[in-house]
Amino acid sequence: MKMGYFPGCSMGGSSREYGESLLAIAPELDLQLEEIHDWNCCGASAAHNLNKKLSLALPARNLGLAGQQQLEELLVPCAACFSRLAGARHELHQDEALRHEIEGVIELPLEQMPRSLNILDVLQKVFPQELNGRLRHPFAHKVACYYGCLLVRPPAIAQFDRPEDPQVMDQIMQRIGAEPIDWAFKTECCGAGMSIPRTDLVGALCAKILEDAVSRGAEAIIVACPMCHSNLDMRRSAINKAAGKTYDIPVLYITQAIGLALGLPPKKLGLHRHIVPVRLPERAATPVLEPVSAQEES
Amino acid sequence: MSRIGVFVCHCGENISATVDCGRVAEVCGKIPGVVHSIDYKYMCSDPGQSMIREAIREKRLDGVVVASCSPRMHEPTFRRACEEAGLNPYLCEMANLREHCSWVHEKGEATTEKAIDLVRILVEKVKHNHPLFPIKVPVTKTALVLGGGIAGIQSALDIANAGHKVIMVEREPSIGGHMSQLSETFPTLDCSQCILTPRMVEVAQHPNITLYTYAELESLDGFIGNFKARIRKKSRSLDEKLCTGCGLCTTKCPNKRIPSEFNARLGQRTAIYVPFPQAVPNKPVIDRTHCTYYTKGKCRVCEKVCPTQAIRFDQADEIVEHEIGAVVVATGFNVKESDFFPEYGYGRYKDVISGLQFERLLSASGPTLGEMKRPSDGKTPEKVVFVACAGSRDKAKGIEYCSKICCMYTAKHAMLYKHKVHHGEAYVFYMDIRAAGKMYDEFTRRAIEEDHVHYIRGRVSRIYERNGKLIVQGADTLLNAMPVEIEADLVVLATAGVANEGAEALAQKLHVSYDAHKFFVEAHPKLRPVETNTAGVFLAGACQAPKDIPESVGQASGTAAKVAALFSKDELTREPLIAMVNRCAPPLYSTCVGCFLCQSACPYQAIEREEIRDRSGKLIKTVARVNPGLCQGCGTCVAFCRSKSIDIQGYTHEQVYAEVMELFA
Repeated sequence: MKMGYFPGCSMGGSSREYGESLLAIAPELDLQLEEIHDWNCCGASAAHNLNKKLSLALPARNLGLAGQQQLEELLVPCAACFSRLAGARHELHQDEALRHEIEGVIELPLEQMPRSLNILDVLQKVFPQELNGRLRHPFAHKVACYYGCLLVRPPAIAQFDRPEDPQVMDQIMQRIGAEPIDWAFKTECCGAGMSIPRTDLVGALCAKILEDAVSRGAEAIIVACPMCHSNLDMRRSAINKAAGKTYDIPVLYITQAIGLALGLPPKKLGLHRHIVPVRLPERAATPVLEPVSAQEES
Repeated sequence: MSRIGVFVCHCGENISATVDCGRVAEVCGKIPGVVHSIDYKYMCSDPGQSMIREAIREKRLDGVVVASCSPRMHEPTFRRACEEAGLNPYLCEMANLREHCSWVHEKGEATTEKAIDLVRILVEKVKHNHPLFPIKVPVTKTALVLGGGIAGIQSALDIANAGHKVIMVEREPSIGGHMSQLSETFPTLDCSQCILTPRMVEVAQHPNITLYTYAELESLDGFIGNFKARIRKKSRSLDEKLCTGCGLCTTKCPNKRIPSEFNARLGQRTAIYVPFPQAVPNKPVIDRTHCTYYTKGKCRVCEKVCPTQAIRFDQADEIVEHEIGAVVVATGFNVKESDFFPEYGYGRYKDVISGLQFERLLSASGPTLGEMKRPSDGKTPEKVVFVACAGSRDKAKGIEYCSKICCMYTAKHAMLYKHKVHHGEAYVFYMDIRAAGKMYDEFTRRAIEEDHVHYIRGRVSRIYERNGKLIVQGADTLLNAMPVEIEADLVVLATAGVANEGAEALAQKLHVSYDAHKFFVEAHPKLRPVETNTAGVFLAGACQAPKDIPESVGQASGTAAKVAALFSKDELTREPLIAMVNRCAPPLYSTCVGCFLCQSACPYQAIEREEIRDRSGKLIKTVARVNPGLCQGCGTCVAFCRSKSIDIQGYTHEQVYAEVMELFA
């Protein structure tokens, strides 16, 4: 499947390993990604608090460029970028006058804005039904799938999964042999943009998330957002300080977990870049459960 | 030449303050065809009406225009006056000088001119009026009551006690409805079953009531006073005449682990079952989707043990037909369940239950025989959280309305829990306490003040399980939205009241309108709350909107009064302002070309096909005909008719064009 790709700043920066692992698994999943030429900042974190027009013009320019490349769908792996791009498209579809105004600002037509898709949405689409043979190392671990806030909200814009109790990441993880735990903090706030101004607050919020995951037996936390990852992984010392104990549970991007299951080398997936070392308990590979439909057929 | 009388009313000063009534009468007196024109202070008063009557007699008037208030107000008054003087009442029209002119304009020349215009166009209309006569239709004095809950029961008993026949149809194997599932009822805390079951027995034994349980309405045809109902009696798989209701079959049935609908799935029942011990009728049914004989082809234990050989495995559904005069729809409601609340874990955690399930836990006939035990491990819950507005008043969930009954039953639940577990703690999360009703607010205050239920004003964001406890996270909005976390043993969700399953399909069968939430819609929200837009079909109870018992019973009696009034005469008289497809001399017979666009447009199924045949029976033409019993005079067919062959009597094309032409003359 071919689709557009908006990396945003984090795929090459703070979450380089997310970008690396995504590009590593893409060919395995027959996913051809076409990067938007001359893309720019999506405006996340700052623009929408400062200047309304800027907060629309920044993502709109990316959508306009993608439209010129005749892209109909756009993979936006960063949850914050996804939120900005999907939000701008939604708002500009609602208000024609505003759209014309923004078109004037960015000097690009916005008749054809591609639909933004988050990583889970894309994985759900491209994940092959038959994994036999390709699944070299089933990811046989108990995992806590952590969605954070931006993948599913606001529901009217994200139009993805159940906002209060999302399931898609759990389903994908199940298919690569993992055992997702039933836990309470799937969409709890990690502190997001407070990572820099209020590290203590992020520590306290993330401690709650880690505590629930660990106490229910999770061996790894799976994420799909650079912000979630940096708060849960990079801010681990602040978390440990807030909790008064040491957590060593690793935090993996879903693309990394899939990469490991497909047998790709850890280095190619950027696992060495984590602050918290990715040490998963060794386990004899358990046979992977086939999807229910396949079982019924046999 | 017409002989029309114009009567201009001052309406005290309501009209005369801004309209020069004398001048209106004077100018209108000169309109060709007007032979009498006067003004008077109160035309609706006795002397005013006498003036009309006398003028009709003395001046031999053949048409009357009363220029006064809205016809909504006094059209019947003036038409009656005309009738008393021997003039067909439909030759009297009203020009609305009050609402359409004097009340909405300043005093002045133009206002008087407008008043004159209003009279002028009505004079032209009256010139084209024809005498009309009320429509009479016979009435079958049998009511069909759909639904055997408290609303249906009340309505059926009231109608039957007024001396009329009633056919009651209930979908479930027993009548009783949701009320039979309740423990105690607010605000008096009397036992629900104790007050309901005598009524259920009364229905079964009433000589005027025919009861069909485990049955559904298949179709309803016809019109007010003259419906024909086809009812499907689903097979109970037993001969009801032979069955004595001994219950041996239900005790011997080996298939005992089917979730009991009556116990809101907290208890279990057998495949051949009576929903509850007080069921009416007390005769079992075989649930064919679960019965081992129907699913696997063997067992037949019930047949072997039945002392009267009443089991009939090959029994088929039966269709019965009845002539019906009126229909009472009392099909009730349901409560929202399933995974509608992923954030509350309903369906995931055994101890997160709905209000209806909690009723069963409280009930002496419930799965715990009234002992307060939670579903997961049977322990007595020490801390119970009640969540009001679970789904209701939540636009994001698609249910923006208030379910009305939850504030009261939640107070009752908390209170009954405290009565059973004295040392237990009860918390209620609420948005507002809506306790309007006789003794209602006192009741909720009692829960708070005497039974020490903790009321927290705020919503619950999430419920999750940790170490066998349910963690309820919420906010206390009276304490500056302070986060609240309660470790509960049991959570009861006051889930939204929603339309019953199949409401939409039933509404379509009955031609009754329903709202976006599939609740049935009344003819007028204030002044015709028990009627529907389909004549002869009435509403009672929670099929219209969530309602408590007193309100359902009150409305059911109201419905019964409407039905009794309908049945009080042998013939129905209806206004003749209905659609008519024209008829003319052969060889045309009618300008109708038989396209039947009108048939698809008619919301009341009032258009019929009429075949015009010659003497030898040969078909000449098929044309549309309006059934006068069904037509409501809405005029949709008139707009659809391509050959202008349909007219609304009293508002014919001829009359309306005459008005318009006069206005622009």
